[in-house]
Amino acid sequence: MSISAKGEYILKRRTRPEKLVDKGFKSIVVFFASMVAIILLGILLVVFAGSLQSMSRYGLGFLVNSDWNPVTNSYGAFTAIYGTLLTSFASLLIAIPLGIGTAIFITENIIPLKIRNIIGMMVELLAAIPSVVLGLWAIFVMEPFIRPILIIMHKFMGWMPFFGTRPVGPGIAPAILILVIMILPIITSITKDSLNQVPIKLREAAYGIGATRWSTIFNVILPASISGIAGGVLLALGRAMGETMAVTMIIGNSNNFTWSILSPGNTISALLANQFGEADGSQVSSLMYAALVLMLLTLVINIFAQWMVRKLSLKY
Amino acid sequence: MQSVPIISFENVSISYGSTEAVRNLYLDIPKGKVTALIGPSGCGKSTVLRSINRMNDLIDNCNLKGKVIFEGKNLYDPRIDPVEVRRRIGMVFQQPNPFPKSIFENIAYGAKINGYTGNMNDLVERSLIKAALWDECKDKLNQSGYSLSGGQQQRLCIARTIAIEPEVILMDEPCSALDPISTLKIEETIHQLSDKYTIIIVTHNMQQALRVSDMTAFFNAEKVEDSVNNKVGYLVEFNKTEKIFKSPNKKETEDYISGKFG
Amino acid sequence: MSKINSNLYYKFTQRRNINNVIFTIIAITFTLISLIPLLLVLTYVLIKGGSQLNFQLFTNLPEPPGYDLNTAGGIGNAILGTVIVTFIGALISIPIGVGGGIYLSEFSKNGYFSKFIRFGTNVLAGVPSIIAGVFVYGIIVSTRIFNGASFSALAGGIALSILMIPTIIKTTDEGLKLVPNDLRKGSLGVGASKFTTITQITLPAAFEPISTGILLSIARAAGETAPLVFTALFSFYWSDNINSILEPIASLSVLIYNFALEPYESQNSLAWAASFILVLSILILSILSKLSSNKKQFK
Repeated sequence: MSISAKGEYILKRRTRPEKLVDKGFKSIVVFFASMVAIILLGILLVVFAGSLQSMSRYGLGFLVNSDWNPVTNSYGAFTAIYGTLLTSFASLLIAIPLGIGTAIFITENIIPLKIRNIIGMMVELLAAIPSVVLGLWAIFVMEPFIRPILIIMHKFMGWMPFFGTRPVGPGIAPAILILVIMILPIITSITKDSLNQVPIKLREAAYGIGATRWSTIFNVILPASISGIAGGVLLALGRAMGETMAVTMIIGNSNNFTWSILSPGNTISALLANQFGEADGSQVSSLMYAALVLMLLTLVINIFAQWMVRKLSLKY
Repeated sequence: MQSVPIISFENVSISYGSTEAVRNLYLDIPKGKVTALIGPSGCGKSTVLRSINRMNDLIDNCNLKGKVIFEGKNLYDPRIDPVEVRRRIGMVFQQPNPFPKSIFENIAYGAKINGYTGNMNDLVERSLIKAALWDECKDKLNQSGYSLSGGQQQRLCIARTIAIEPEVILMDEPCSALDPISTLKIEETIHQLSDKYTIIIVTHNMQQALRVSDMTAFFNAEKVEDSVNNKVGYLVEFNKTEKIFKSPNKKETEDYISGKFG
Repeated sequence: MSKINSNLYYKFTQRRNINNVIFTIIAITFTLISLIPLLLVLTYVLIKGGSQLNFQLFTNLPEPPGYDLNTAGGIGNAILGTVIVTFIGALISIPIGVGGGIYLSEFSKNGYFSKFIRFGTNVLAGVPSIIAGVFVYGIIVSTRIFNGASFSALAGGIALSILMIPTIIKTTDEGLKLVPNDLRKGSLGVGASKFTTITQITLPAAFEPISTGILLSIARAAGETAPLVFTALFSFYWSDNINSILEPIASLSVLIYNFALEPYESQNSLAWAASFILVLSILILSILSKLSSNKKQFK
């Protein structure tokens, strides 16, 4: 080869194979990256196509009809939609103060850093426990434990429709509590990150003019990190809506509509987990329709959450 | 020294974790004067300054031994309320750090948490005038503090500090992030404030120390014996600024200053 | 000066100090409340599951509910099944995830396509896991696309991979971004091709954060149930030959789900035992990944 005139560097001029490898590699990673889009569109397409039959049959009435009856082949998802919205928002309401409080506690120097790091790690470990294990625990430990408390709530607040039924075991209330446990780590860790992103000079500014710790937190730190926290809360909401196993195991899977949180209920994801395996025909289509509703709900919330989180980085 | 000390360091050593930053400091800072702390980087002058209003409490592993006396009380006595200390000893930081609020709110916030009951508009105006910022921002008090230039932001921070009427104002290299013109304005502000307040300023700029201060403390750093790159700061000399710059007592001071002036 | 020369001592009765103490107590209380569930769940799993541990647990097959009231058998095939399904998931998601991450960090020029992919990755990460199951059911199980098989280990693995891909893409993308640009320039500067630079220089430099992300996603996938319930289904038999990947397969998580809801105590106990094994493995994986990422920060 003429190249050998250059000495031992036989690769001095790039060979065709090398160029091909480079090109091929790029094509492959582009394809892999596109997989995300393909999967996402695929999910939407499959769920949408699957629900067409049910959609044309029930239209939007599906969303407000609470009758779900495989025997008579009549389907409406209102009970499950109500359950999804109720459990996710109620759990959020409880988890927000707990999560933000915890995040503040582990970002402030109230106790030594080492202990705070351990607490932070423990909260993250909570996120690692599988949903199905929490469900198991909820069935055999948590629900029997809180039932007397729920019965007392029914006794004293039974005149309100939300507490109108006597608790008998699985139900919406324990499902809400288990959701609180599941979304706490999300809210805590995202709030922690947002608080840590607040520049130290702002904290110094407040301390420097004699603000107390909590005056600094409420007036300076929290306002400066609010959009990140809000984004985290929205992500948690999306997670709560889509959460399946633990809820399925403890909510009672009843399709009879009631306002009461003390009675068994259902969520869209629980409905899917319960019936999809054995469903056929128009039931599958109705389940797909319900899945589409869930998909769109979480999609909107997640997109909104991302937008919120991104706004945070624009602030400083 | 003739005048009464307002703050006295009595054998103060400050460390971060196991790393010592300042060792065995004795220093009496006179009341009603401008005192400059100078020295090479790493000599602990900022650490000393921040120890005066317990700003180092914010740093997790910072530890202080010895006594910092203010009004006859040791500021590191466990009975002391650091928040109270910071209300009496205000601070202006290296980087301008206005709150993400309006100019008005930036000043009013400190006053509010300090229980100010007077007329807020008057206070804001008075503070901005003292900080020589009033003319530039009187028409846009409702705009964000971030809309100001760097120099203006720093003067806003000074105004914010003045508004809480501290007895002592600490300034940690207040001009290091600013352009020469803004620096000049801040120095003028310091001059005007010097009749009413005790000011302690850390600066790496020798000319600035010479221009603004009555007293100067020169810090230096030496290698710790059993360590490769850890340095510990100590006070070399404290005297009238004129004396420090013209005929210092210590050879070390002379070397540093002549080196800086080239 | 008109200012009152107030005392410097801490006064507990001052309103701001009272407020401060109250809020601190509230924060501590909230933190404790947040930690209680973790401690309780771990304790119960440890006691109720740990007490069932014996050798047969690992070697025996589970018995169908109601078959024998004294014992529910073991969870041997479920442990193996979880390993197989998770392995399939990892096999699919690691190349796609790492490749996608490489594209985002090394090739994309912040154009619309890469913005869309980053956005899509975040959206996909937020898709409920049950939906991934519905999707795989729709395209694989109901169509019997793989050699006529309906519920299968392969379908379960694919469903898991959908959940793993976004995490791996994100950690790869972020891990590669931490690699200093000088390294890339140095390699390209001596005439290395982009492919060589990435595979020999950039990827190895980002090995630790990427492996952390992969470990975390595997740990998460191993505990997933919802995507498996109607893709991999369950099996009371061993999956012991290569054809088994086209057959329904057992997994720890689905075993817990199925047996928790049975009215028989022995089945319930087996669910606790399975939880013990599952939680222990996941915690070990999570802590391992945590340790490796901590080590990185020290360097």
